[in-house]
Amino acid sequence: MKALFNYLIFPGFIFSLVIGGMGWWLERKFTARFQYRVGPPWYQTFLDILKLFLKETIIPGGASKILFILSPLLTFSAVLMFNLMLTENYFLDKSFVGDILVMLYLLIIPSLFIILGASSSRNPLALVGASRETKLMLSYEFIFIISLVIIIIKSNGNLMLADILNNQINRGMYLKSASGTIGFILALFYIQAKLGIVPFDAAEAEQEIMSGTAIEYSGPLLGFYRIAKTLLYFSLPLFVIALFGQIAINNPLHKYSAFVIEYVLILLLISVIKNINPRLRIKEILGFFWFFLFPLGILGIILAIKGL
Amino acid sequence: MGIKEKILTKSLWVFHASVGSCNNCDIEILDCLTPRFDVERLGIQLVGSIRHADVILVTGAMNKKALKRFKKVCGQAPKPCFIVAVGICPCSMHMFKGSYSMQSPLDEIMPVDLYIPGCPPRPEAIIAGLAKLINKVNK
Ligand code: SF4
Repeated sequence: MKALFNYLIFPGFIFSLVIGGMGWWLERKFTARFQYRVGPPWYQTFLDILKLFLKETIIPGGASKILFILSPLLTFSAVLMFNLMLTENYFLDKSFVGDILVMLYLLIIPSLFIILGASSSRNPLALVGASRETKLMLSYEFIFIISLVIIIIKSNGNLMLADILNNQINRGMYLKSASGTIGFILALFYIQAKLGIVPFDAAEAEQEIMSGTAIEYSGPLLGFYRIAKTLLYFSLPLFVIALFGQIAINNPLHKYSAFVIEYVLILLLISVIKNINPRLRIKEILGFFWFFLFPLGILGIILAIKGL
Repeated sequence: MGIKEKILTKSLWVFHASVGSCNNCDIEILDCLTPRFDVERLGIQLVGSIRHADVILVTGAMNKKALKRFKKVCGQAPKPCFIVAVGICPCSMHMFKGSYSMQSPLDEIMPVDLYIPGCPPRPEAIIAGLAKLINKVNK
């Protein structure tokens, strides 16, 4: 019973959805304020999801039906699983079988199914989106792995998230060290690209290829994608906070407020990057990740080995 | 007024279909998204794909070439979906009435939920029109 409560309500599905929805709203609100607009009300992201479940689902003729329907569902379930693993670790101090490499795998699944779903829809624009997403994956997943390597070196080869958290509590957070800062920068760009936020939204470019990978999805199926993205809005920043910015605080109330402050700061950083950049072309994105962030990551690894 | 309509009207995603306009109406629609008018505060968003649309804004006088395509686009929209005629052109054909290449006003082709007259309608008028649409759906 308790486990079910943990999985479904706190700190599982409902809790993640609420915080993620607020996070997404916050990001939209920041953007609106940057442009001197008012911005949407706080419940907007939830209403958008609810509305999608009231609409009709259309399956395009000639699409591969099974893949088309399964992709959003599997995306959603992979993201949910990742969320549960992370929140159990972070909020309930439970450690379980599964390390950050498992989490990395779980994070790759959504992107894969977005690509598969888009390719199964038989829409040329969706195919363009899918091919862009593939190239994007080559860049951001790669950078994130380097960022994880830095973490693993710093925690002396420990792969368990609980150990990484404890290590930071005992020795101060990784963000304070030079290599930790570099890893954090890499992870920040990873979040930006994973969530498909400007400047890395080439795969879902609304004006250019009409929402790209999501173009043929409507109604509840699109709703599942939205839920998955909302959950990621919560769990990706949380993952980065857990990996780089864990603070040693015993009082649970202070622990939660520290989390909220760090979360909002990360969202603010994301929306600043979003609002001062135009959308990059896929070539520029690859160049940025491979020829700028990759050498930076190598530098980070060297620093981490030196113990800095 | 049901809860379903309430949810629907608080998050209207707008698809913009130009069927032969002079482009002024399109610019005025984009004006609604600018800081001065900011329709995002009402939950209204411009979407790129017809599959995500709740409202189709039609601008311009329907010409014969666009007709076939427009019907196709409307058939691809998930229900419930509202059709709004923006500008005099789709409402009554304006000065293009009787032209050799033009079809007929929009409501002779398919049911229209709302007319927003004006050449072009001011952004205030478009927002007022959308508010009327929301009231109409909620009733
Ligand atoms: S109503 Fe006027 S501004 Fe709008 S498309 Fe027609 S002619 Fe142009």
